[in-house]
Amino acid sequence: MPASLRYVLFAVWVLALASTPLWADNYFVRLAIIIAMYTALVQSWNFIGGFAGYPSFATAVFFGLGSYAGALTQIAGLPSILAWLFATAFVGAFAALFGVIILRLRGHYFAIASFGVVEVVRLVISSWGSLTGGGDGLNVPLVTGGPNAVAQAFLAVMITIMLVAFAVTVAVDRSRLGFGLRCIQQNEDAADMVGVDTTRYKVIAFVLSAMFCGTIGAAYASWTGYIDPSDSFSILMTVKVPVMCLLGGPGTVLGPAVGTAVFLLLEEVLWSNFLEYNRAILGALIVLIIFFLPGGLLKISLHKIVARVIRRNNDAKGAP
Amino acid sequence: MFYFQTLVNGIVLGALYTCLAVGFSLVWGVLNIINMLHGSLIVLGGYLTFFAWHSYGIHPLLALPFVAVVLYCVGYAIQYLVINRVVNQPVLTTLTLTFGLDLILYNFMNVYYTATPVRVTLDLGIVDFGGIVMPVDRLIGMALALVLTALLYVVLRGSRIGRAIVAVRMDRSAAELMGIRVEQIYAITFGISALMAGTTGAVFAMVYPVTTNLAGAFLGKAFVVCVIGGLGSVQGALIGGFVLGLVESFAGQFLGPEHALTVGFILLLVLLVVKPTGLSGIKGFE
Repeated sequence: MPASLRYVLFAVWVLALASTPLWADNYFVRLAIIIAMYTALVQSWNFIGGFAGYPSFATAVFFGLGSYAGALTQIAGLPSILAWLFATAFVGAFAALFGVIILRLRGHYFAIASFGVVEVVRLVISSWGSLTGGGDGLNVPLVTGGPNAVAQAFLAVMITIMLVAFAVTVAVDRSRLGFGLRCIQQNEDAADMVGVDTTRYKVIAFVLSAMFCGTIGAAYASWTGYIDPSDSFSILMTVKVPVMCLLGGPGTVLGPAVGTAVFLLLEEVLWSNFLEYNRAILGALIVLIIFFLPGGLLKISLHKIVARVIRRNNDAKGAP
Repeated sequence: MFYFQTLVNGIVLGALYTCLAVGFSLVWGVLNIINMLHGSLIVLGGYLTFFAWHSYGIHPLLALPFVAVVLYCVGYAIQYLVINRVVNQPVLTTLTLTFGLDLILYNFMNVYYTATPVRVTLDLGIVDFGGIVMPVDRLIGMALALVLTALLYVVLRGSRIGRAIVAVRMDRSAAELMGIRVEQIYAITFGISALMAGTTGAVFAMVYPVTTNLAGAFLGKAFVVCVIGGLGSVQGALIGGFVLGLVESFAGQFLGPEHALTVGFILLLVLLVVKPTGLSGIKGFE
């Protein structure tokens, strides 16, 4: 598929999501919001996990900190949009600080450290009752307006964040930064030798992967009106996001959007039909993706499949 | 006297943590895989023990060998059929795969056993030793945990298979050239790790209530113990287990029980950054 056609398809997909209030009921609007939200999360993860190839499982900590930062500033009286921007900056600063420390680790150690950060922050938030409400959670000031208006507003917000994240992805993909990150992914020592400033690049990628998660977390808190530690810092989310990226194609521009859409639509269908076994099915899905789609959906080439089928046919005919 | 009680609690906890983490550490060191299944395997062992006791009246100590065999077979099969296919891929792939398997196991356990906490209650009474109080079942649990860990050490040290496992850990390609069938060693290693997880679960079920929701907490402990002690060696797990047990026990005493976990994880982050080889100093395997 030529690149331009891919972008056209992506534009059509975004329009379809954005126009759900016009042609579908609230269920689909909600689904569209969730899809836009996860697409932005997966696009964020793509910077560190896809381009730089660092197995980060820290998405949940960025999301959770963003939601708490947004909620607390709103309770203190800041208007929503400013609160979301504050959450973005706060989470970005947090990621820069932690990135400098844990990005010195590689492979398994980095993965464990990112899990560790999620746990520590979750535990601190749950036990710091006076500020965060502890395990009881926090009520966030609700956005005024009817349910339909609110849903449309948050759809617009999520799609905007998703498009900004997409624009940044395109920019990174075409810049020196993207090139440097790919070098790091292939061989960090060699990249370092030829003059890529690996530490700086990795920290930038880590901060990029955090900021949008912060915005989304804050917007999510405003949307649902209630947050608690176990929901905001969920291990399931922190693994689901990389899986969606793997499904679409890590390190590509459109992979995150494709992976998220396919994964969430599948999950939605499975969830409604097999309520009791949804986790097992999710697990089976992960296993299948890893076995049969190692490079993601975008790496499947129609030409190659057709060629293989034709060759197999010919072999079958040629055999006596 | 007060401190002695905390100290003894920490030591008992440390023995359990050692046993909990030693299998996880083995798989990480030898296969270079972070096994997200470990927590659920522990819970599975606990449930099997509980139901053997509850439904058939089998004493937990008699059920232990049975649990060990079942878990070994489960672990061997998982590694041989599933994980071996991607064992040499980057950490993201293997970690995600084991997480997927964990979701499957977790879901089936939730459906078949439900998430109610279960515990084997033996009612063995309490030992009072000069003011230090300790339930007997915990002491038995501690002894069992140490015996199991020691057994693993002996197997790794003394048997042919154990030497092969250590050889694969040190240098996979050289081991292959010496005629070791690496794929099979991987499966055996994973089987042993699952066995250790299952027996730990059996021990836990005698001491604390076990439920599926604890799988994540067990896994977290295994992370922390491995990083504190250093990877892939029984000694490392022993040091890590006791350090974590004591730290949690004292932190719980002085800072309040809700902060004991936090301190453990902060220790994990600090050690990762300062000394990723762990306190035992045996070099990790990147």
